[in-house]
Amino acid sequence: MEITNEMRDLGDLIEKYFKNEVDPVVAEYDARGEYPEKVYNDLIEMGLNLLAVPTEHDGLMVDHKTETYIAEILGRHDCGIASAIGVNNSACSTMNFFGNDEQKKDFFGILTSGKLAGFCLTEPNAGSDSASVKTTAKLDGDEYVLNGTKCFITNGGIAGVYIVIASTDLSKGTKGLSVFYVEGNREGLIIGKHEDKMGIRLSNTTQIIFEDCRIPKDHLIGQEGKGFVYAMKTLGTSRNFVGGMAVGLAQRAIDECVEYAKSRVQFGKPIAYKQGIQFMLADMQTQTAAARELAYHAADLIDKNEDYEIYVSMSKLFASDVAMKVTTDGVQIFGGYGYMKEYPMEKMMRDAKILQIYEGTNQIQRVVISNIMLSK
Amino acid sequence: MSANIKNKNVWVFIETEYGKEKKVGFELLKPGREIADAVNQDLVAIVFGKDVKNVATKAIAYGADKVILVDNPIFERYSTDAVTDTLMDLINKYNPDTILIGATINGRDFGPRVACRLKTGLTADCTSISYNEETGNVKWTRPAFGGNLMADIECPNNRPQMGTVRPGVYKLPLLKEDKKGEIIEEECNISESNIRTKIIETIKEVTENINLEEAEIIVSGGRGLGKAENFSYIRDLAKVLGGAVGSSRAAVDSGWIPHAHQVGQTGKTVAPKVYIACGISGAIQHLAGMSGSDTIIAINKDKNAPIFEVAHYGIVGDLFEVIPEFIKEIEKYKNS
Amino acid sequence: MNILVCIKQVPDTTEIKINPETNTLMREGVPSIVNTFDSYALELGVRLKEEHGGKVTVMSMGPEQAKAALKECLSVGADEAYLLSDRAFGGSDTLATSFILANFAKQLENEEGKFDLILCGKQAIDGDTGQVGPEMAEHLGIAQVTYATDIKAEGDKTLVKRENDQGYDWIEVLSPAVITVTKSDFEPRYATLKSKIAANKAEIHVLNSKSINIDVEKCGLKGSPTKVKKSYTPKKENNGIIIKEETASASVQTLMRLIADKKVI
Repeated sequence: MEITNEMRDLGDLIEKYFKNEVDPVVAEYDARGEYPEKVYNDLIEMGLNLLAVPTEHDGLMVDHKTETYIAEILGRHDCGIASAIGVNNSACSTMNFFGNDEQKKDFFGILTSGKLAGFCLTEPNAGSDSASVKTTAKLDGDEYVLNGTKCFITNGGIAGVYIVIASTDLSKGTKGLSVFYVEGNREGLIIGKHEDKMGIRLSNTTQIIFEDCRIPKDHLIGQEGKGFVYAMKTLGTSRNFVGGMAVGLAQRAIDECVEYAKSRVQFGKPIAYKQGIQFMLADMQTQTAAARELAYHAADLIDKNEDYEIYVSMSKLFASDVAMKVTTDGVQIFGGYGYMKEYPMEKMMRDAKILQIYEGTNQIQRVVISNIMLSK
Repeated sequence: MSANIKNKNVWVFIETEYGKEKKVGFELLKPGREIADAVNQDLVAIVFGKDVKNVATKAIAYGADKVILVDNPIFERYSTDAVTDTLMDLINKYNPDTILIGATINGRDFGPRVACRLKTGLTADCTSISYNEETGNVKWTRPAFGGNLMADIECPNNRPQMGTVRPGVYKLPLLKEDKKGEIIEEECNISESNIRTKIIETIKEVTENINLEEAEIIVSGGRGLGKAENFSYIRDLAKVLGGAVGSSRAAVDSGWIPHAHQVGQTGKTVAPKVYIACGISGAIQHLAGMSGSDTIIAINKDKNAPIFEVAHYGIVGDLFEVIPEFIKEIEKYKNS
Repeated sequence: MNILVCIKQVPDTTEIKINPETNTLMREGVPSIVNTFDSYALELGVRLKEEHGGKVTVMSMGPEQAKAALKECLSVGADEAYLLSDRAFGGSDTLATSFILANFAKQLENEEGKFDLILCGKQAIDGDTGQVGPEMAEHLGIAQVTYATDIKAEGDKTLVKRENDQGYDWIEVLSPAVITVTKSDFEPRYATLKSKIAANKAEIHVLNSKSINIDVEKCGLKGSPTKVKKSYTPKKENNGIIIKEETASASVQTLMRLIADKKVI
């Protein structure tokens, strides 16, 4: 995969910021379970929320290869912050694919004013089973009225605008779903509980409750009833961000393990001399290298608009499984110290788990992949 | 000036402020003496200041054969133009061969200006100076690349040849109260209107009155202290040793202590007799500021901290336990 | 305000290592950066521009690869960039370097108008001399203030916050002036992704010794009164004593014994 000079320039800037401003404070915010507000503000200032915003709307619209490269850098440093950007980009994708010019102007204008976006699909009873979405959107004159509860929403409470999937016809199941965009300061959009998570604790995850939340009619994106199709199409590209992020996390874990193995002396020599450790490191790196190629290949296919869906699912599936295995092995290599919060390894293992769950569980990914294979 | 005109004598500039000398000026009389002896010429101290006759007298006691003294209120505090123009007048009149200047903030301000006006070579921050018999030039040795490289430099075709030296690199010469020498009083011909800078306000940040660059003992604190209040440990240890308080960049950036205490590449360079680094990891930029110290003692709980690579003595331990013990032992030692 | 900032591309000296076999500096693979203090100088210049309006021009004497450093400056607020590159400039000591920079600065005033301020970092982290700024001021015959941590422009007055041993002074200086900047009160800003992309597309003006009427005898090795006779890596004495006893008290007692022996304190 060729890294161009332009990609490297952007990447170096982001890497420099994270190395100087984020790495020193990650452990502290992880312990508190708080998102680092100043960092988020700095990254918005830098334009990291505009990667999927078209240039005619003052955005950066990088290609997917570049986005994956950036996702990898973010994953190296913190998957929470990476998730915040990933979800932001998902929301932008929906608008890019299906929004009309007025809506794009409105939505992207909120982002360029210095805000992140969020994506509201999941509900307490609707995880993998999107058909069970119970949040309703009822047309009332010139407005839709939203009622319902969304949960596990990344950037909940800090986003300036949300993409919301709600049902305009409960009797039709997935064919009754529609997509809207809702400003964060709409009356009737209430931020509920703040989730206390196992990992990615530098992202803000909340419940969002819609209580007679009124939005203008023109906030319906595309057509009523097309919500499920739109959401799947969005995730069909945006979940590749997770692939990139997972590769970054895995590689960081490996790099930490290599340093540790060289310096940790047991039985008179660094443990790097033990074949048991060497074999683990070799397997970890091989898997991660393969995941990287898959993620970049998927990105390349998206950029070329060539039959990418299966590759995006495979990329997300494989990379997240690799990240989980690699970080777990990482804790093992660090031994007792791997278990202690004083060392960075256990956080990486905790962070890795969500990558197998969100943006479509890895079980759903397997459904998607096999469906595509069997439909031929 | 080229080497054709007969330049003679070794000059050492003794900087003063508020009527008091900067110690580095006297320190440079040591290498100045060596060079003057090697070429059988005079060692001349140059003293500018207000009410500084006593500095001129002390310069002779520290080894100067002559002193050129310009005593004028204009020199109570430093200004580029007053010092540069007056020094140039003297150089044009007396044609020295070699000029040594202390690499203080002000020395590094006018030194290059004078060198440029003379179209001659100035070597900065020398760590050693000697006379090269073979070439007949002074050999100036200085560090570059943050101390990773040393260079020997000479100025073969231009005179006077000039160099600046940091405080603490040389120890004070022996004081000989009965040494005789001539004090030549010169006038300052600069008028206020020729001086293009004016001091509007002076703010003091260092609460203790000890000049970090002249201190013999420095106790420094870093990130390991954890919070501003814990600088009390550093202050207490400094107090019992009669030393100054220094700091790493991390502590200054965290707002625990003013920048005036910062030692390092973006702070002050120091070379005390004893430098005690507490809770300082030893980043290259910090080492660049203190690695010239005679004895370095480090206290850090991380045995892999880079500071231990330059420390002469290192204690791997919790500074909050070690420092109180250290203070106890020092007091015991003092009372014994 | 019309501001010129002189910058230098330097190797990141924190990354430099010594080759243990040949005992020489290993420069390959060491990243090049904008000299640390020049970044502080540029940040002050850009802030002055943002407050008072005007333009910030950056200039650097260096080889072709110094373009990357100039682009970095464009991405954090500089408006125009000039690279002075010529074989004849190679090997210049500080007198020759400042001569070259001063001559081009005068030349640039034909394009950019008279400069109110010329800012430099207090020293380059590879050369560490700190001489080029003051020597530039002398070549140009203008005032100088060194060790600045902040600069304010109030009407036609320029006020510079200058470090001293005990704290700092506020100094009023007549413009035009050269001001050399140490670690300032303001951390250099990060670029934005957008400004990075724009800077990469921007044109760097490249000038050489034929671009202006410069006496090449005063450049390069010929124009340098100081000559490097020898360069070498310093010997590292790595024989410190590490103490780690059971208790802090025991460690301190061991230390006291060692230093009392050597009469350290």
